[in-house]
Amino acid sequence: MFKPLFWVIRRDLTIAMRRRSDVFTTLIFFVIVVSLFPLGIGPEPNTLRQIAPGIVWVGALLASMLALEQIFSADHRDGTLEQMLLTPQPVSVLVVGKVLAHWLVSGVPLVVMAPILGLQYDLSVDVQLILVASLLLGTPALSLIGAIGAALTLGLRSGGVLLALLVLPLYIPVLIFGAGAVEATASGLGGQAHLSMLAAILVGSMVLAPLATAAALRVAED
Amino acid sequence: MSSRLINWFKFSSPASFYPLARKISVVSTVIAVVLIVIGLYMSFFVAPTDYKQGEGYRIIFVHVPASWMSMFIYVVMAGWAALGLVFNTRLSAMMAQALAPTGAMFAFISLWTGSFWGKPMWGTWWVWDARITSELILLFLYLGYMALRAAIDDPRRGDRASGILLLVGVVNVPIIYYSVKWWNTLHQGSTIKMNNQTTMDETMLITMLIMTLGFWAYAIAVAMARVRTVILERERSSTWVRGLTAAEI
Repeated sequence: MFKPLFWVIRRDLTIAMRRRSDVFTTLIFFVIVVSLFPLGIGPEPNTLRQIAPGIVWVGALLASMLALEQIFSADHRDGTLEQMLLTPQPVSVLVVGKVLAHWLVSGVPLVVMAPILGLQYDLSVDVQLILVASLLLGTPALSLIGAIGAALTLGLRSGGVLLALLVLPLYIPVLIFGAGAVEATASGLGGQAHLSMLAAILVGSMVLAPLATAAALRVAED
Repeated sequence: MSSRLINWFKFSSPASFYPLARKISVVSTVIAVVLIVIGLYMSFFVAPTDYKQGEGYRIIFVHVPASWMSMFIYVVMAGWAALGLVFNTRLSAMMAQALAPTGAMFAFISLWTGSFWGKPMWGTWWVWDARITSELILLFLYLGYMALRAAIDDPRRGDRASGILLLVGVVNVPIIYYSVKWWNTLHQGSTIKMNNQTTMDETMLITMLIMTLGFWAYAIAVAMARVRTVILERERSSTWVRGLTAAEI
């Protein structure tokens, strides 16, 4: 069971490394979106410190949503996905592998970049740590949940906008607990409870989301 | 033994369900009109004035049943979707499709009347209260379902894809509700409690129940009428629909 998993991860990572610009587009989008808010709101440090968790989190959420389309679309176009569904391996394992590879390529850079953006908002060190921890727990959950939407909208005309409409409402719990953890730490309450909830969402989505994604892929490739 | 059981699958065929849907639709239209007329009369003239909120509270008789219906219809749609995915019946997905606009409408009415109620009572059109926020998210889920449905040209693929979306949504609804609830209490503490009147006058309760039943009947009537058009549209190339149209022409 683990052999096809690692095979899919290695394959997707190799493909991603040969098309590095895709990775950077997502990352640069994240940086630009997060940098736009101070320009719109004003450079007052206290206000910025207060809104930073929400803005960094919403930025990460939008960036990872924009990257979702790439999970399956290239494989769908050249028929690789169909071949994958025909293999005797369980589809949900292949889905987990693809989502994990996708997260390594598009999610991890966001997590690495977040503390640097946090500096723009004058966040203290321990708040930064919680920000990274919450993103580390939250972004894989975003990729897992988003994969369902990506599979459902595979090959549709208005795929991109439709994907946002389907996936964003489902992202709300992750956003609430992710930004909440950072905010609770900043206000001195401690973000433990929020991080535990995020971890619970991650575990839950790791179990359920691949099944739904696999079902959706079967429908799309039928 | 088996002859005594009702053959439920008989009506899973669109052709045999089509005439039944008409009957159900007519009957529930009558019930809906009667109940809603009685309910509206009671809510305007019979139910007593609230000692705290005055006459403005009467919006509750539309607001609360609409919210209930919006939540209930989503669960019913998910149930139909599950049936459709398990038994691969076309009609189940058609039922989910027919219910969606009604559910979205009830969610919208619930938000709209809530806003009209909030303005005189709380002094604001919108509060980020847990229930209001989750009702808004429910409306987004309805819109997402309808958008996905509309985006897929192949009806069978649309049935199954939107069915999966409904099941994913129904699993998420409680998670979303509780996360919004905790988010709200963590943010600002609930300064406004919507359920401050725990004891309710009996006439108010009865009026609300009548309105709810009326809305139920309305939802059934509209969904049945809509499923008839869906059946006709989807089965237009089948012989029985052609026979139907030929007879009418």
